[in-house]
Amino acid sequence: MTEHPHTLNDVVDHGRIAVCCGSGGVGKTTTAAIVAIEGARRGRRAVVVTIDPAKRLANALGLDELSNVPRVIDVGRWDPDGDRVEGGELSAMMLDTKSTFDGLVTRYADSPAQAQRILANNFYRNISSALSGTQEYMAMEKLHELHEDGGYDLIVVDTPPSRHALDFLDAPARLLRLLNNPIFRVLMVPTRTYLKIAGAAVQAFIRTVSKVVGAEVVDDIVAFFRSFEGMEEGFRTRAGRVVEILQQDETRFVLVTSPRRDAIEEARFFAERIGDHDLAVDALVVNRVHPRFGTEMSAGLRARAATLRDLEFPRRSQRDARDRLAARYQNLAEFNEIAERERSYIETVRVRTRSAGVAFVPYLAHDVHDFTALAEIGRILFAPADIEARPPAVGE
Amino acid sequence: MELAHFCSTSRVVIVAGKGGVGKTTVTATLAVAAARTGRSVLIVEVEGKSGLATAFNRPALGYEEQDLAPGIRGRTLTPDAALRDWLEGNGLKRISKRLVQTGALDVIATAVPGMKDILVLGKVKSLEQSRAADLIIVDAPAAGHALTFLTSAHGLLDAVAVGPVRKQAADVVELLSDPVRTQVLLVTLPEETPVNEAVDTAFAIEDRVGVRLGPVVVNGYYPELALSGTAQATASAAQADAELIDVYVSDTEAADLAAAANFRAERTGIQLAQAERLAQALPLPQIRLPFVFTSEIGPAEIETLADAFTEGVEAL
Repeated sequence: MTEHPHTLNDVVDHGRIAVCCGSGGVGKTTTAAIVAIEGARRGRRAVVVTIDPAKRLANALGLDELSNVPRVIDVGRWDPDGDRVEGGELSAMMLDTKSTFDGLVTRYADSPAQAQRILANNFYRNISSALSGTQEYMAMEKLHELHEDGGYDLIVVDTPPSRHALDFLDAPARLLRLLNNPIFRVLMVPTRTYLKIAGAAVQAFIRTVSKVVGAEVVDDIVAFFRSFEGMEEGFRTRAGRVVEILQQDETRFVLVTSPRRDAIEEARFFAERIGDHDLAVDALVVNRVHPRFGTEMSAGLRARAATLRDLEFPRRSQRDARDRLAARYQNLAEFNEIAERERSYIETVRVRTRSAGVAFVPYLAHDVHDFTALAEIGRILFAPADIEARPPAVGE
Repeated sequence: MELAHFCSTSRVVIVAGKGGVGKTTVTATLAVAAARTGRSVLIVEVEGKSGLATAFNRPALGYEEQDLAPGIRGRTLTPDAALRDWLEGNGLKRISKRLVQTGALDVIATAVPGMKDILVLGKVKSLEQSRAADLIIVDAPAAGHALTFLTSAHGLLDAVAVGPVRKQAADVVELLSDPVRTQVLLVTLPEETPVNEAVDTAFAIEDRVGVRLGPVVVNGYYPELALSGTAQATASAAQADAELIDVYVSDTEAADLAAAANFRAERTGIQLAQAERLAQALPLPQIRLPFVFTSEIGPAEIETLADAFTEGVEAL
């Protein structure tokens, strides 16, 4: 009996917010969708916020375009047998970073005119669409919004495929740092005063920058910082509130990974760093795990293949049989070597997420992009059997 | 095509692909193959960390060039360092430190999206023009960043009307769109999602950058086994072969051998189907590299992959 049996079940039953994290390409969005579906099946009002999902998964979820409000998914699609717990509801949305940011600006602007000025500014357009970190920030912002007034029992958020899985936690702070840049803060003071206060050094600096990137670009920057004046406080408060939400008892972190070396390194890094934010991984999902065939170790099997190859036979048919059998051993050795390696990789993450339950999804032949396939993985993830024992660890 | 000829078709090769497809491995493989033809090779790594140095069994790369193997050198090229170089080259040494220190660079880079990419590619251009090596291989950022990386020069030409940054962008566009100077090697895996993404990226690159696409490197093929077909992937077939040469194979072991052989046959089938799908969707030649079963990809594995790469090029 472990301390936290079936943590993924706990996420679905008791979590109010589930944040799915992990590096790109490990099945994060798919996992987020499955968690939300399972929540809905268990009678919760669940919503999944996806970020840049693969086209076919998006289609399956009925998401044809970016949207800012979740859409309810027809119950017949995710519960074809009608055996969900009464009250369950599933919604999904595909995060529209720019319009989420626009909404935030409109909310904190003193007047519609101020909002309009900012929304029309080129520099702002870059911040809201092209700046790295904005997507992360807006994912958290949307989480905040749905949490405060969405009326959902379970909000599942996918996180953007950042270089580092933790970027979504740091993104608000990074953007605030940008807005608080000392040089450009000077520019936020109204025109005339700015010329006086800015001083020769800053002016020379601005002139040089204008020379490098062009005066129009600098004008845009200056105009942006001036329009933005007075709004940072609102943004800061809100960013602080997001961090509080993430630290709530009912918030769960699901770390998704694959047993590949780079994904594992990223997961390990995440598991170590998340503690710095007073948070912990509640469930670990490992996708695309290779099967292990039998209990024999790869080294022995490889040796057996080599021994067979050295045998000499007079007849052609025997030599062919020898080659085929050696190839079979070689093949078994190779796959068991992958399996051994994957299990030892996974172990290095497990020791860093001690209290988290672990679920494994085998290597599947096809991509997951319809509800039937999602349900199939859901059965594996939420199986009542001791999922921690699968796949067996090396030497078991 | 002769490998030597292939290596002389462009002076810069940008290796691009989504994370996890083995971009860095392919970069190292191409470097080793090119070095075998007697060319000097410089590998440029634009994202902080990767396994590139590990592949050559050397310590992590830095801004200063270092030897990775005979004929192969490597270095990193981060935007901040590229900016410093560029400012100094443009007589703006005095403000370079301040730009970076005050964080003003971040603000400017935000104002001019793609500027960091331009700085990096601009530096690649000056390496190319100073003939820093016969072949410069750029390990590009993971796609979709790769697409941004390659398209930012065009975008910047639209956004910035004057100044040295515009000049820099124009130089980069020229470098990228000259097929004699640059080609992009797309890397993918014979699996559903990576194939879809490779197709999308290829069309986007062609439409929006006008850069020449070299062959697609399809990484991670299971090598062919001496046994083929599912008929031989049964436990009884394994037992029959064992009997013929008079060795003992237990029933459990025969079952494991069969299960593993089936798994491989199934995966191989999927791989071939996906490669075929890629060929249908993308009219580019493919170079297939074998899956490496060993845990770490080191110099020995890269040599093996370079053999396969050479074969692939010769078959083009």
